[in-house]
Amino acid sequence: MKEAPAPMKLDPKTPAGPLADKWNLHKAKLRLVSPANRRKYHVIVVGSGLAGSAAAASFAEMGYEVSCFCYQDSPRRAHSIAAQGGINAAKNYQNDGDSVRRLFQDTIKGGDYRAREANVYRLAQVSVNIIDQCVAQGVPFAREYGGLLANRSFGGAQVSRTFYARGQTGQQLLIGAYSALSRQIGLGAVKMYTRHEMLDLVLVDGKAKGIVTRDLVTGAVESWSSDVVVVCTGGYGNVFYLSTNAQGCNVTATFRAHRRGAGFANPCYTQIHPTCIPVHGVDQAKLTLMSESLRNDGRVWVPLHAADCAKPAAEIPEEARDYFLERKYPSYGNLAPRDIASRAAKEVCDEGRGVGQVVDGKRLGVYLDFSAAIQRLGESEVRARYGNLFDMYQNITGENAYHQPMRIFPAVHYTMGGLWVDYNLQSNIPGLFVGGEANFSDHGANRLGASALMQGLADGYFVLPYTVTDFLAGEKSGSRPSKDAPEFQAAVKDVNDRVARLLSVNGTKSPRYYHKALGKITWEQCGMARDKAGLEGAIRDLQALRDDFWQNVKVVGTGDALAPELERAGRVADFLDFGIMMCLDALTREESCGGHFRTEHQDGGEALRDDAQYAHSAVWQWQGERQLPSRHVEPFVYEETSLSTRSYK
Amino acid sequence: MVQDNGKEITLALKLRVWRQRRGQPGAFEEHSLAAVPTSASFLEMMDMLNEQLIKAGKDTFAFDHDCREGICGMCSMTINGMPHGPIPGVTTCQLHMRNFRNGETITVEPWRARAFPVLKDLAVDRSGFDKVIQSGGFITVRTGSAPEANSIPVPKVIADEAMDAAECIGCGACVASCKNGSAMLFVGAKINHLNILPQGQAERDRRTLSMVKTMDEAGFGNCTNYGECQAHCPKSISLDVIAKLNRDYLRARVKEFFSSTGKPSKGGD
Repeated sequence: MKEAPAPMKLDPKTPAGPLADKWNLHKAKLRLVSPANRRKYHVIVVGSGLAGSAAAASFAEMGYEVSCFCYQDSPRRAHSIAAQGGINAAKNYQNDGDSVRRLFQDTIKGGDYRAREANVYRLAQVSVNIIDQCVAQGVPFAREYGGLLANRSFGGAQVSRTFYARGQTGQQLLIGAYSALSRQIGLGAVKMYTRHEMLDLVLVDGKAKGIVTRDLVTGAVESWSSDVVVVCTGGYGNVFYLSTNAQGCNVTATFRAHRRGAGFANPCYTQIHPTCIPVHGVDQAKLTLMSESLRNDGRVWVPLHAADCAKPAAEIPEEARDYFLERKYPSYGNLAPRDIASRAAKEVCDEGRGVGQVVDGKRLGVYLDFSAAIQRLGESEVRARYGNLFDMYQNITGENAYHQPMRIFPAVHYTMGGLWVDYNLQSNIPGLFVGGEANFSDHGANRLGASALMQGLADGYFVLPYTVTDFLAGEKSGSRPSKDAPEFQAAVKDVNDRVARLLSVNGTKSPRYYHKALGKITWEQCGMARDKAGLEGAIRDLQALRDDFWQNVKVVGTGDALAPELERAGRVADFLDFGIMMCLDALTREESCGGHFRTEHQDGGEALRDDAQYAHSAVWQWQGERQLPSRHVEPFVYEETSLSTRSYK
Repeated sequence: MVQDNGKEITLALKLRVWRQRRGQPGAFEEHSLAAVPTSASFLEMMDMLNEQLIKAGKDTFAFDHDCREGICGMCSMTINGMPHGPIPGVTTCQLHMRNFRNGETITVEPWRARAFPVLKDLAVDRSGFDKVIQSGGFITVRTGSAPEANSIPVPKVIADEAMDAAECIGCGACVASCKNGSAMLFVGAKINHLNILPQGQAERDRRTLSMVKTMDEAGFGNCTNYGECQAHCPKSISLDVIAKLNRDYLRARVKEFFSSTGKPSKGGD
């Protein structure tokens, strides 16, 4: 029996000084690496989404030797590409009272005061640089006739600070970062490894010094040595099986790092997005998000009486409709934040007032109605604003939303939890940095709309280049270990053994069977509403499912060629361990906050925080195979923020 | 889609699906699927086929896919001879089974193009596209060196036109649909996105010459105006981008010819 790992050290390293000056004071103190020495350092970046591409390109521009890895066939495919709505920045171009401080306040309040104050303030600060950078790269943001940038209000904000490129903002920002990355690949400054999946992190003398990957085309397992490892591999939403994430999104890279000692913070903070197309059947593999911007002009309602639910929308008169968001949250109405809007939709469906197709005995859907907007603005204006979304809706559902209301239902969309990082975005493992959705740092218990793109690019362009440099300045150049070191050989052996084990179980059930079973448990017990008994049951069920997986999974294909089932099996195996940790986190957080809603802790349907006991991040430490992880805390220190109850009424 | 009795309409299908290992010749395999819901997407139908194969202990068909919402550009199948299938303006992942008939035989192949070799079954190597972008599909701007965003006004019509071109998802359907395996629509889209923006002027000629050169080296064919690319582009990128690519290429070559050094012009207009 191995001895238990040493307790975790969680020093947030928040710099001293007034909130508004912390980042500048800190930057002035960060150490530098001289240009001539930079090429002697090798930086590994895993993931090529907004955070990963931006970081890899920036490191290469600075002169470091960079290797970047992604599982897709091109770095341009990363799931950042699917973000529709926009990106926030405190430019105040609309002269409506926006400022860095206000963006900070909205973001920390939106996260229900469960994020680290100094990180969030820095995010708001660098937001303005992001827009400059992207415009210079040629990102075709929406413009006014005068040629200057246009903005819109988005996701519950009371100012117009969102920049957008039609309904494809994520795509355009990612292509901007991808083009910067591509330039560096063309120059030979970044070596790009596509169709490579990170399957382990290598530690030498307690520091992250490399990774192990599997080449998905040839099956070759290989190790890579570096001076620092930067992980930007996105979120874990697919632990719910059905989500708006891409099919390949997975927790493996971050979970493998967790198994090597990295703390995983707040895994129970998951975001359920209110405007997705409802589930249509049991063979469905993916849920599709309809941009939240639709709520700017669409009105959300369900029938007042359950008896009307089977009727077509047009046959339900105005007085028999319940515009429940407008009723419950008069000042924000249909723009109430995501967690609140999602729970309200679940509530009315639980009351039996949902609409649409019956799946599994329930109607899980609410109307998003544009008839008032079409009357007010005309169909052509609605088409100009949302045409591509209406087309997408029609393509998926076969229904024309200009003539009948859309049906929407909440779906898993984003995960705020992630690897624990300090102010420098460094995990508790020295030399392991984490950016974008993969870390836990900025969104607390709920993320506001148009903030994910902002955080990914902030980390990649404007934070990691400084903080990673500071770390490298403390590492002797040329000191990185050889791949012949025993730590690398051991890690490669571990990966090979695991692949062989997955292929050799030779049971009867497919990896997808287990993924679906996992998703059913997590969605029902750890989804929009959670309670003690349900979570305890979920942990037991997941442990049993994990046992069943390792006895009965059937992985077809071979280890020496493209083997999608093997990839899925490895990811599902990590999701099973991860799911248990997520439920345990939800169980031990005896309060409600943001996306984490414990039914025992509510005030008439509204989340009831317990600041006295839970104003902290819960950070989980791996305790070994089949052991429950141990819980540690990083208390929040609020210097300039007073915690208030989040009210959108 | 639901019948009057509340049950979902399903299809029985015959499938002819391409099976190939890298570097070896391939062949079609025939399979049947009994009850495919019309609300399923084409890739969910392929998932069902693969689950059926696993039950029988057989290898699944490898195919590329990721976002399944029509934006990442990873999915790539030639369905009944048409890249991304019979419905214009959608990717394979956004194609739904309600567009097929009960009892129909569906033929599923990989992208067929010299520059896109098959990796396995329906998955191909499209790294040629990345190489083209790496050679010039960018505006050089180092992190941190950008001017204030509103210091460069861009007329709305120009921004909109750039956005039309920038919608390209890099899937490769244009190449797969073209008899010549030409990538001119893909390259034209990127050239149109960057070459018309004020920010893109400094590198306009270099970009054009370099991307065209790399395109030729990567094994893509020439454009002979068939127009199949436009017809099969899931983002409906217009053939106009090819005309504009040709115009910009000619312009850059002429400037190069008359420049004293014989090297590509460094400047813009």
